[in-house]
Parts: sequence; C-alpha cells; structure tokens
Amino acid sequence: MNGQRRVTNARVVRSLDILARQVLPFCGSVVGGFAAPAVPSLSPTNIFAPVSTPAQSIFDLSRFVLMVTGSIFVVVFGLLAYAVVKFRKKRASDGREPAQVYGSMQVELAWTVIPILIVVALFLAAARVIASIQNASPPRNAVEVTVIGHQFWWEYRYPSLNVVTANELHIPVSDTEHPAPTFLTLLSADTDHSFWVPRLAGKTDLIPNHPNSMWVDPHETGLYLGQCAQYCGTQHAKMLLRVYVDSREDFDRWIQEQSGPARVSAAASEGQTIFERTACINCHTVAGTVANGRFGPDLTHLMSRDTIASGAAPNTPENLRRWIQDPGTIKPGSKMPAMGLSGPDLMAVTSYLETLH
Amino acid sequence: MSAPSVTMPEADTRWNLPARGPAGMYCLIAAEAAIFTIFVVAYIFYIGKSVSGPQPHDVLRVPVFLTICLLSSSLTIHFAVKLLSKGRVISFALWWLLTVALGAVFLAGTVREWRHLIHDEGLTIQTNLFGTTYYSLVGLHAFHVTVGLLALVTVLIFTLLGNVRREHTQRAEVLSMYWHFVDVVWVVVFIVVYVVGR
Amino acid sequence: MSTQSIAWAKTEVSRRPLVEKLHEWVTTVDHKRLGILYILYALLFLAFGGVEATIIRIQLIRPHNGFVSPQVFNRMFTMHGTTMIFFVAMPILFGFANYLIPLMIGARDMAFPRLNAFSFWMTAFGGLLLYFSFVGGDGLYGAGNAPDVGWFAYAPLTAQTFSRGHSTDFWILSLLVSGFGSVGTAINIIATILCMRCKGMTLGKMPLLVWLNLTMAGLVVLAVSPLTAAQLMLLVDRYLGGHFFDTQAGGSAVIWMHFFWVFGHPEVYVLVIPAFAFASEIIPVFSRKAIFGYPVMVAATICIGFIGMSVWAHHMFTVGMSSAANTFFVLSTMAIAVPTGIKIFNWLATMWGGQIDFKTPMLFCAAFLFQFLVAGLTGVMMSVAPFDWQLGNSYFVVAHFHYVILGGIFFTLFAAFYYWFPKMSGRMYNETLGKLHFWLFLIGFHLTFDFMHIPGILGMPRRIYTYEPGRGWDIWNLIVTVGVFFQAAGVLVFIGNLLWSYWRGKVAGSDPWDAWTLDWSTPSPPPTYNFVTIPEVRSRRPLWDLKHPEDPDWQYE
Repeated sequence: MNGQRRVTNARVVRSLDILARQVLPFCGSVVGGFAAPAVPSLSPTNIFAPVSTPAQSIFDLSRFVLMVTGSIFVVVFGLLAYAVVKFRKKRASDGREPAQVYGSMQVELAWTVIPILIVVALFLAAARVIASIQNASPPRNAVEVTVIGHQFWWEYRYPSLNVVTANELHIPVSDTEHPAPTFLTLLSADTDHSFWVPRLAGKTDLIPNHPNSMWVDPHETGLYLGQCAQYCGTQHAKMLLRVYVDSREDFDRWIQEQSGPARVSAAASEGQTIFERTACINCHTVAGTVANGRFGPDLTHLMSRDTIASGAAPNTPENLRRWIQDPGTIKPGSKMPAMGLSGPDLMAVTSYLETLH
Repeated sequence: MSAPSVTMPEADTRWNLPARGPAGMYCLIAAEAAIFTIFVVAYIFYIGKSVSGPQPHDVLRVPVFLTICLLSSSLTIHFAVKLLSKGRVISFALWWLLTVALGAVFLAGTVREWRHLIHDEGLTIQTNLFGTTYYSLVGLHAFHVTVGLLALVTVLIFTLLGNVRREHTQRAEVLSMYWHFVDVVWVVVFIVVYVVGR
Repeated sequence: MSTQSIAWAKTEVSRRPLVEKLHEWVTTVDHKRLGILYILYALLFLAFGGVEATIIRIQLIRPHNGFVSPQVFNRMFTMHGTTMIFFVAMPILFGFANYLIPLMIGARDMAFPRLNAFSFWMTAFGGLLLYFSFVGGDGLYGAGNAPDVGWFAYAPLTAQTFSRGHSTDFWILSLLVSGFGSVGTAINIIATILCMRCKGMTLGKMPLLVWLNLTMAGLVVLAVSPLTAAQLMLLVDRYLGGHFFDTQAGGSAVIWMHFFWVFGHPEVYVLVIPAFAFASEIIPVFSRKAIFGYPVMVAATICIGFIGMSVWAHHMFTVGMSSAANTFFVLSTMAIAVPTGIKIFNWLATMWGGQIDFKTPMLFCAAFLFQFLVAGLTGVMMSVAPFDWQLGNSYFVVAHFHYVILGGIFFTLFAAFYYWFPKMSGRMYNETLGKLHFWLFLIGFHLTFDFMHIPGILGMPRRIYTYEPGRGWDIWNLIVTVGVFFQAAGVLVFIGNLLWSYWRGKVAGSDPWDAWTLDWSTPSPPPTYNFVTIPEVRSRRPLWDLKHPEDPDWQYE
C-alpha cells in the first residue's frame, strides 16, 4: 500500500543547492541583458530610455530588480513545469496512492530564509534610490518652475524669471560638468493630476492643498512627451505634456521672449476689441492688456506654442478657429465653453490671437 | 445510510466551543471599532487645521456629568445581567430601566450641548473642519447610543410583558457587551475631543 | 476507491407551482441555497462587467477611436471595476464560503441563518441600486447617471463641485448597502467556524479552506468598515456641507486615499485568500497527496492577513509622502511577498512526487500557479517605490492586478466550479467542454494580459479614453483587445457546459473525485440538513481515514 511516509528532505535540499549555485547567475545575466537600454525610437515615452538623472536612477534600479525577479521566475517556473510533467498520473497506475508527505521543517525554513534575504537586498536598493531622488535639494542655479494642474491643462510659472505660460514647458539642458537641474513645485487648482514624462523622471502627483516637488536634469536637448497620469475627469486623456529641453542659449532666448508683454498689432485691433469685450478675458490673460483671467491658459505668447488644448491639436489657424468656435470638436468635456461668436467675429478673434507671438 | 464517523478509542466527551451570540457580537464590535477608528483618525488629523470659525477651546464645555451618567450605565447594566443570571427578573428590570434612563439623560444632554453650539456659538457641521469632524464623530457615537437604547427599550418591553426569564441571560449579556462597547468608545471620544483636542 | 453513491427510492411527488418554488428560494435561509444565489447573482454581474470591459477594449483598439464618447468611457471603467470587485468577486467567494464551510466542518448550517439571508439580499440590492444609475439622467446611451469617478473615487473629484448630479451618490450608496451585507457574512463565517465545528475538529484539524475563509472574514470585518466610514464622510461633504475632503477649507484629498486604501488593500487579500483556499483543496486531491506543510500554510495565511493591513500606501507612492513613509511601505509590501511565496512552494511540494490527474479543475489550478507567480513578481517590481514612480497608474499596474484577479482568482474559481459542481448539482460536467473552456480562456487571458504590460512600460497611463498615435502603443492595444474575444468565448463555453450538464450530465454520486473532506461524505446535492448524524473526526482528512483504515492520517499528524 503505502511504504515510507516521510520522504527524506536531503535530496530536495541538495537539488535546491545545485540550482542556486549554477542556474541563478545564468538567469541573472540573461534577464539583465534583456532589460538593456531599449532604443528610444521604440516609443518617445519609454521608461527604459532615460535622459535625466531621476529616470536614470530608476532605470538602473529596475535592471537590478528585473534581474532578481527574473531569476526567481526562471527557477520557480522551471520547478513548476518539471513537476507538471514529471508527476503526471501514469496510465498504468495500479490505484495505489503515492507516498503521503506531510511537510518538512528544513525545507520550509530554506524557502523562508532565502526570500527574506532577497527582500532585504531589494529593500536596501530601493531605500537608497528613494533617498537620492526625494531628498535632493535645489542648488542655487536651479531653474524653478511652479506647475499648477487644471482640468485639463498645465499652467507653468517661473517666479524668479517673471514668466507665465501654459501647456508647453521649456527647461534648459544640463550636464554633469555644469549641472542645471529644474525644480518643479507641483500644485493643483482643482482635482488630482500627475506629472509624468517617463524619459525625464517618475511621476509625481499634483494634489490640491498638498504641494509636491520633483526635479529633472535632462542631458539631451529635444522634445519629451508625457501626459497626466491621475484620472482627473472627462478629458484626462488629452491633458498631454510637452517638455522642450533647450540649449542654454535657446532657453535664455525663450525666457526673454516669454517675459515680455503681448505684441500689439494694429491689424488685429478689431479682433482684440471683440476679445476684450467678450467673456474671454474672464478666463484668459494677455499680458499688457485688460485680459487678466486665471481660469484658462495664459495666451500672451500663444503663437510660440506648437500645439493648443494641452497637446490635443497642432497650433494651426484652422484648429484655433475650430477650438474657439466649439472646443467640444477637439476636446469634448473641456471646461472652455463654445463662445458662440458669429462668423466675422470668429475670424477677427482668431486673427488677433495669431498675432500673439 | 449514516454519515461516516470515526469514534476515538479513548473518547473525550468534552467538546466545548464558544457560544455563537458572544462570538458574533465581538465581531460586530470589531467592525464598529474600525469605523470609529477612522473617524477618530480624521478628527485627530484635522486638529488645529480649521482655517476659520470657532475653535475647540473657545466653545467646548467638558461634559463631565454626561460622562458620569454614561459610564455608570455600564455598571448598572452589568448588575442587571448578573441579577437575571440569578433569576431575579424584577430586580433585573429595575437596573435595566436605570440603564435606559442614564442613557437617555446622556442623549438629552448631547442634544442640549448641540443646541448651545449651534444657536449660541454658531458652530455647525458646515462651519469649518472642527465643526465637520466634531459633529460627525460625536454624532456617530450618539447614533450608536440611540440604537443601543432602542434595543434596551425593546428588551424592557419584553420584560414587562413577562417574556424575559433566566434562560435569556446570554442574550442580555450579548446586548450588554454592545452597551459596554458604546461606553468605551465614549471614553476615547471624550479624551480625543475634550481633553487632547482642546 | 470512492464511497458508494446514495440511491434514493423513487417516490411520486406532484410538481409544485413555479411561484411556490421561487418563494422558497427568495425566503430561504439554507446556506446551500444562499450560496447558490450568491454564485448565480455574481455570474449575472460578471456578464455586465464583461460587457463593460469589452466596450473599453473596443474603444482602445486603435488611437483616436470614436466607439464611445469620453463620458461613456469614464463610466465604463468605473462601473467595470466597481462591478467586478463588489458584485462579482466578493459575492461569488461568499457564495462558495457559504456553501462549503458548514459542510466541511460537519455543521447543519451557518451560525446565523437569517443574518445570512439578510446579507445576501443587502448585497443583491446594492448591485441593483448601482445599475439603476444607468437609467437615470441622460438615459442608457449617454450611460445615464452611472458613476464616472473611477472605482476608488478619489477626492476632490467626488465633491459636488466636480461631480454634479447623482452619479457619485449611486456609487456611495450601493457600496454602503452591500458593505453591510459583506460584514454580516463575515461575522457569520467567523461565528460558524469558531462555534460550530463537529466533535474532534480542533482548529488544527479544519480543512485549509475553512482556515483561509476565517482569515478572509477577519479581514472583511476590519477592512470594509474604513470604506464605510470614508463613504459616510463623503456623504457629509456632499450633502451636509462638510469639509472632510474639501481642500478649499483646509481639508485633505490625501486622507481619502489613506482611508480608501486602508480598505482597498486588505480587500484584495479578501479576494485572493479564498482563491488560495480552493487551490489548497483541489491540488492535493488531484495530486493524490496531502497538502504539504499544513501548519506553515495556516501561519503564512495569518501573516498575510496581518501584514496586509500595513501595506496600503504602496498605492500612494506617487502622492508625495515623505521618503521615510515611502520606505516603510516598501518594506511592509516586500515582507508580504515572503509568506505568499511560501504558499506557492508548498503547493509545488504537494504536487511533487504525486500522481497528478489533469482533469479540468487541476488544469485551472496548474495555470493558477504559473500565473500567480508572475503576478506576484510584477507586484514585487512595483513594491520598489522608485520603479513604481514610473510603473504606477500605468497599464503595467492594470496588467498586474488583472493578472492576480483573473489569472489567479478567476482561474481557481473556475477550478472550484468544476470541482464542486458535481456536489452542488449531483451531475458531472462535460470534461471535453471543460478543457475547451480552459484552453480558450488561457489563450485569451495571455493575449490580453501578458501584452498589456508593454504599453505600461512605454508610458501609457490608465483610465484614458483614447491615446496618441506615435507613442508605440498601437499594436499592443490591438493584441490586448483581440484576447478579450477568446476569453468571452471561453466563458460562453463554460456557461453552456454548466447548463447542459445540469440537465444532462452523468449522475455524480457523493464522491466523484475520491476526496477526503467531509463535504464529500454527503449525497450530491446534500439534503437540507446536510448530515444524518453529525460526524466526529480525528484527523484533517476524515474520509482518507475511512478509506485507508490501516494507514489513517491521525497516526502521522
């Protein structure tokens, strides 16, 4: 019937030992190689293609984590697969039950202690990176930006540089010899949002009455994409992020242009009058004019932006006109109402806005 | 066809498991304790955070008398159950009635305190964070006192109708466990709201 | 070598009118009937939740798709999540617990049969209330007044200012109502297990399913209440002018998150622990071996229960907690991986050296082991807070938790269905259809949820009704959507199998699997009173002792 009831544990422990010494390093290198830097062209928002220190620290940490979890996976998966094949019921079974093994304290100890050790290693690695990213304080030459999340657009203020803009963030490039990080203070005017540009840093939430901060120091110029990563309402999906990392000269020039008042153009005076007479000025600011609303994006230098509606559409005259006529055609659920302007009024206002370089 | 059973050679005839009523009531108390914990945490978190309006030390008067009433009612209900276990139904009814009376005094006093706060001090649940958390926490407790009182009154009515006897002791005890819980919650609320929070 | 089937004498019984039969079901307090009501109710809502998921996936099959408006989409993902957690997973697991626990401990019913019925109907009405929201407001095409704040309803999106109308109120009230039902059931389970075990069944001799449901019930008692409290606070804010989560008045949006996740994290253990319970009963029987390491399995489960109450803020790594707080929650979250891993190893060790019979229940359990391993490992990845700063709130998280819930919980649920269907109905299901269900569902599950990790890594956040082309997400979303149809096909085969087998399946007898716990000692289906005489047990596997009198368990443990 049933012979020995207690299987010796020694055989099991020996197999585990062989596994640990020979198989694990092999697994680790395979998985580590797999998680090697992915080509950025795979996606402009690939978390494994960092260009800034926080994203890089996370990436380095993640390779270690993937190596560890990948090894665990290979080992346990292998054992499961082996068990599923090796211990199938044989066709010619004689109805006898296999040896009943109730347990083994040594084995239980082994597969408790080893995971605990792995946990300790992972924990220490994580704790280090948490401290290095969260406890960094801005050096004196850091660019400081206040980001205010709105439903469904981003407000950017550079308090010491006297610049207010929206939806397209410009920051200077940084390098290890002359670090020029940008520190972002994150606030919200309404609900919760989250700032996520994967190639620059992990995401940090914008929560009303709960200021947060994060920093980036990209070492490659270019345009980096992202979007809001905390559900904030109807148009959460189109609250896109565009971060332009400029060379020092380009950044300084941009600041220069953005800090000035709006250009005055005689040709667009009719449109400007309509703009200022209509409810537009309740929500929008155009520096140097009577428009000083804060509910919607600052339009002073609207034409310096590549997109409108927080990245939802390219900044073309046609799109601008469509947007003003009825934002719902581009972003249904946006907080801007359809202005109900007549044909000629609409053309005039659009022409006016197109002079705001 | 009988169900399979294996009788042990040296059969141990003692098989005592806890009673269902108290077990269920302990679980209910645990669940209610968890709810109160969240309200207490909210209260503590928001201490000092109201941006405007009356503050605790301005308007709260420590309800010493009410507290004595409520805590005494724990004592009276304990006596009542003891008496019922001895079969002295009439004495049980008297102490039970006293418990109800003390509880009712507590509720009446709470109503009075709230009237004072609302009409004289202008503190409502809408006024500020203090108002919101105060009325919610104290109100949740008062709600539990009310429910408890309704149950106690029901038992009182059954007693007056002659339907409560010695064999119902465990049920009365289960109800008294709830009542003791309500008192313990009051001790916590008292300390948090009237001592620490002020 | 199975116990004899019970032969019933044929008697003439006149057919009762349908109304009377329905009345009996509606007023029943019998744990078996309530269990079946819970299960059927959950299957109905599974269909609703599945339709919602399908709508979501069709909308996301390509960028800038116009299948549904953003308003409808946001209602779909809110309703899908709320439905699946509260009106599918919880009821179905309560249903099995209700059915099996008294049978496994040798009792005639649960401790409080009327509370049992009350709890079921509270849950049922909660679900109906939630779905009534579809027909309010704009009507069904606009998805009416269904909630659209996400299943965790973060403040201040749920304030009156941002959530006009009553959509959020439907969410609050339906969950409040069903929450009372959940706590009622949990109280019942605890009291039943502690107070009604048959003679000889000490706590150390209960089947693992009973231990695990005891732990689950303890978690429900402690964890559902915080949700109730938070929802009461939200009602105070919305209707009494309170300021609990009113950031303009100094209130905190983060405190809602804390309160919600203090509920929300133990909730996922409430869901997964009963799934472990099924695996712990099914794997031994089909491997023909006792469970390896019973005491360790119990200890690990209790550890999971305790530690599970201390990890909640790993859902909040991105909200800006201090580095100290973040570090603490990294540690507690990783700690819980240890007892969880121990359980996987013990199941593996149970299979090791056995004679595994891959009938449909075992197929699903085997897949569960592989999938739960993956799900646990992606969880470990996200427990590393900095990694979570990238992966959090993205499709990687969505893939992870669906891997746990579908790949882990649902697979063991299907296993449990096939395993106990003979006991509940008296008939065997069709094995070929069962295997067909398994393979269809397996393919669909992996198509959808393996590939879903990739958009997360490539930067795709969750809860977006559309996405931009050129981010590299398109192909993966397409594959993910295709998998849905395989899963749907699998579920249809499953339902068809259950229906067909109920009327046409082979008679099962009381013990078709040659199993070892008391539930297999009754006729199939069991009579209302469960046992003619209450049994007396001496070991963890009373039927093994009966079948192997020369070699009973109680001589060894």
